[in-house]
Amino acid sequence: MPDIDMKTLYLALVLAPLAGSIIAGLFRNQIGKAGAHWATILGVGLSFVLSAYVFYLHVFQAAPVFNENIYTWMVVDGLEMHVGFLVDNLTAMMITVVTFVSLMVHIYTIGYMAHEEGYQRFFSYIALFTFSMLMLVMSNNFLQLFFGWEAVGLVSYLLIGFYFKRESAIFANMKAFLVNRVGDFGFILGIAAVAMYFGSLDYAQVFDAAPGKAGETIGIWSGSQWSLMTVICILLFIGAMGKSAQVPLHVWLPDSMEGPTPISALIHAATMVTAGIFMVARMSPLYELSETALSFVLVIGATTAFFMGLIGIVQNDIKRVIAYSTLSQLGYMVAALGASAYAAGLFHLMTHAFFKALLFLAAGSVIIGMHHDQDIRNMGGVRKYMKITWFTFLLGTLALIGFPGFSGFFSKDAIIEAVGHSQIAGSGYAHWLLVAGVFVTALYSFRLYFIVFHGEGPRDEHAREHIKESPAVVTVPLLLLAVPSVMIGWMTIEPMLFGDYFKGVLHVASAHDTLGEIGEHYHNQIGFVSHGVMALPFWLAMGGLAVAFYVYMLKPDIARNLAIRFDWLYGLLNRKYGFDDFNQAVFAKGSLLLGKGLWIVGDRTLIDGIAVNGSARSVGVLAQTLRWLQSGYLYHYAIAMILGLLGLVYWFVIR
Amino acid sequence: MISLSEYLILGALLFVISVAGIFINRKNLIVLLMCIELMLLAVNINFVAFSHFLGDVTGQVFVFFILTVAAAEAAIGLAILIVLFRNRRTIDVDDLDSMRG
Amino acid sequence: MSFEKFLFYMFAVILLGAAVMVVTRRNPVHSALFLVLVFFNMAGIWLLAEAEFLAIALVLVYVGAVMVLFLFVIMMLDIDLATVRAGFVRHLPLGMLVGALMFMEMALVLGPRHFGLAKYTAPEPAPADYNNTAELGLSLFSQHLYALEVAAVILLVAMIAAISLTLRKRPQTKRQNVTEQHAVKKKDRLKIVTMAAEEKG
Repeated sequence: MPDIDMKTLYLALVLAPLAGSIIAGLFRNQIGKAGAHWATILGVGLSFVLSAYVFYLHVFQAAPVFNENIYTWMVVDGLEMHVGFLVDNLTAMMITVVTFVSLMVHIYTIGYMAHEEGYQRFFSYIALFTFSMLMLVMSNNFLQLFFGWEAVGLVSYLLIGFYFKRESAIFANMKAFLVNRVGDFGFILGIAAVAMYFGSLDYAQVFDAAPGKAGETIGIWSGSQWSLMTVICILLFIGAMGKSAQVPLHVWLPDSMEGPTPISALIHAATMVTAGIFMVARMSPLYELSETALSFVLVIGATTAFFMGLIGIVQNDIKRVIAYSTLSQLGYMVAALGASAYAAGLFHLMTHAFFKALLFLAAGSVIIGMHHDQDIRNMGGVRKYMKITWFTFLLGTLALIGFPGFSGFFSKDAIIEAVGHSQIAGSGYAHWLLVAGVFVTALYSFRLYFIVFHGEGPRDEHAREHIKESPAVVTVPLLLLAVPSVMIGWMTIEPMLFGDYFKGVLHVASAHDTLGEIGEHYHNQIGFVSHGVMALPFWLAMGGLAVAFYVYMLKPDIARNLAIRFDWLYGLLNRKYGFDDFNQAVFAKGSLLLGKGLWIVGDRTLIDGIAVNGSARSVGVLAQTLRWLQSGYLYHYAIAMILGLLGLVYWFVIR
Repeated sequence: MISLSEYLILGALLFVISVAGIFINRKNLIVLLMCIELMLLAVNINFVAFSHFLGDVTGQVFVFFILTVAAAEAAIGLAILIVLFRNRRTIDVDDLDSMRG
Repeated sequence: MSFEKFLFYMFAVILLGAAVMVVTRRNPVHSALFLVLVFFNMAGIWLLAEAEFLAIALVLVYVGAVMVLFLFVIMMLDIDLATVRAGFVRHLPLGMLVGALMFMEMALVLGPRHFGLAKYTAPEPAPADYNNTAELGLSLFSQHLYALEVAAVILLVAMIAAISLTLRKRPQTKRQNVTEQHAVKKKDRLKIVTMAAEEKG
């Protein structure tokens, strides 16, 4: 197909899911359920095939980087706003991952949503999501990035609130939307700063001009000068914190599990939440210019990675455990970015996309088996009933904890190593948190695994009778996702981390080149594995596994006793460090109070009281005082006239 | 020789008397109308005097018009007075307060 | 004191005295008659100021028409003279105070300092063939023609207004309606009744 115009190909790649979405959404009554899933699956499938082809062209044929504007949206005072595509190795990887996971989720959804209302609507949404995500990752300018950013946020909002008759779903989607607004506010300020100081929104132009602006400072408020790059990078990162759910803007992600499970897999684990990671990696030429911003990123990431993992230990909702695991893993990726190991972050992004999607879909399969009961305390012994689900879930868990040889091992180990080599401020703190995080990861992952799949059967008699393996539309995607979850790390670590896969895409200043240092000792996968096995993180992971096995399989009392003994800690974790309570008490209550105050002071007192009724009343009072002047007697008017005349004569003549 | 200021002060005195008349007479609308006539006359004397001293006949033209308007005003005023008396059987100014606010 | 000045002061004194009587008399008929006196004296003063036409017009129009109208009205209305002067004394001080104030202010301006003979020298007496009426007429019918016409319209409107204000329909008055008389038909007026002949016995 080389004679096909690349521009056409990319357009088709992006627009195919949109077409599917429109067909499924607008003609849902005409095409029915089958029509809806076929339209969207064909659209996304076409996208995936084209993505794979693009991936093939770039990786194996060394196709040149494609960077062209397709359409000029508007030109305002010299600031050009285009719709354009930038396709390089990073983009090729992202679109392949996105379309692959998306396709798997589409297929899986046929089984998961089979008996749900709003079947067509759901397909329309996820296809629309795929389009938005493709727009985001294929953008060649900040504005289109922002478009995609907001579009995926919108679809996320719609899907979290998919069961819109459920109060908690509405609360969750509102929360996700509002928290993301906070991040997006920073993000758009960052974009505005870029437009203001670079006069362009095009990546290439901005990145070319960036080194020249490294020394510039701006005054945010009087008396303080900030490095321009630091300000821009931190503002952009605030956007990433919202989208990629970093502390303290993480609170929406666990609640987003109110949405259907395929969505949790696609949007809130594999793709959308990684948009922040992708964005920071894309902006690496900017971030490399500001060590302050990198430190900020690193500390935030490491904090998220460790502390969110801890919460995962005490959760009882199967999806929430995985959600906290997602938070923790996102923290790892962000930490990698902070350590300038962009490639490692992206590598983990990719492996995580596969195994976390796998975990979610497997969890969804369990949920189907349990008839939409998500509480793990009601589960147990599922292994006996759902063999494929059990097996794939185990593979996913092993990948998650970084068992040697599994994909997660390579990516997570690379991150920890890179952070360990980093010299910037906060790297020591970050390194220890990440290492400790490995133990936590293994602990909560296997706690979940043991409780759900081992032990006695489901507590509920009724559930025990009806539990059975899910249909093929569910299990086939699980199997298909299990393959990369296991293999992809082994296969791609060499080019992605230490090869020149990201050459010309990611920029790493030589002072920050942590991956390069690791690369000096790297020979092949086996060497990496054997080195990893000797290192502390591996033993911590095994320790976590062992502790989970001991506590949850052998001595279930221990967990209960610990929970009682350390009830303050348990309570702290159960309340998620009080972030929600704090937000609820300060921001939500504060907004309500502010609104109420404005209503009472502004509306009722000022506008209604003083402006509306007050003016009426003052007219009344004025009229009351004036009416005694209107005596109706001729001579009163005459004397007023004469007195006026006297005054005027005095004024003009005597004075 | 009669000076201009003598004419003017005569006019002023006449005017002042008629103003005082308006204040003093609160019972009789007809006297009020007469006072108004007197006021107009006081104005007229100013016009005539200035016309005489400036040698310009235009002042007299104005007096002519003022006489016209005064005649019209007297006619209408008296007509109103008659209608008023017909309706209320009084021309007492103190009773005429239907415009009171 | 020249004769001219003597005349002026005589007229002025009578005029002011008569004006005071106008506003203070209890009987409005007296007031009206004193007003007539005021107008006569004013006419004399205007003659001194060589405004002969206006002087005559004042006597003719005011004394002859307007004041007669006043007297007509006064006599037509049945005014209770007892109540007419009530409160007169009570309001006298206020009237005098206001009047005195106004006169002081005006006198400051109008006194000889600004308008004395030194500032405005008395004009030469008009020659024997001077015709004030012709002069005035020339000005009125050339320069101020439009204003004159407007004045005429004002008089017309005043006349119509005065008539329409005072006109009243009396239901009991018998009026002749010519149209109705012309439109009358025989059956409206004539009624033929058949009666039996005189009864016998």
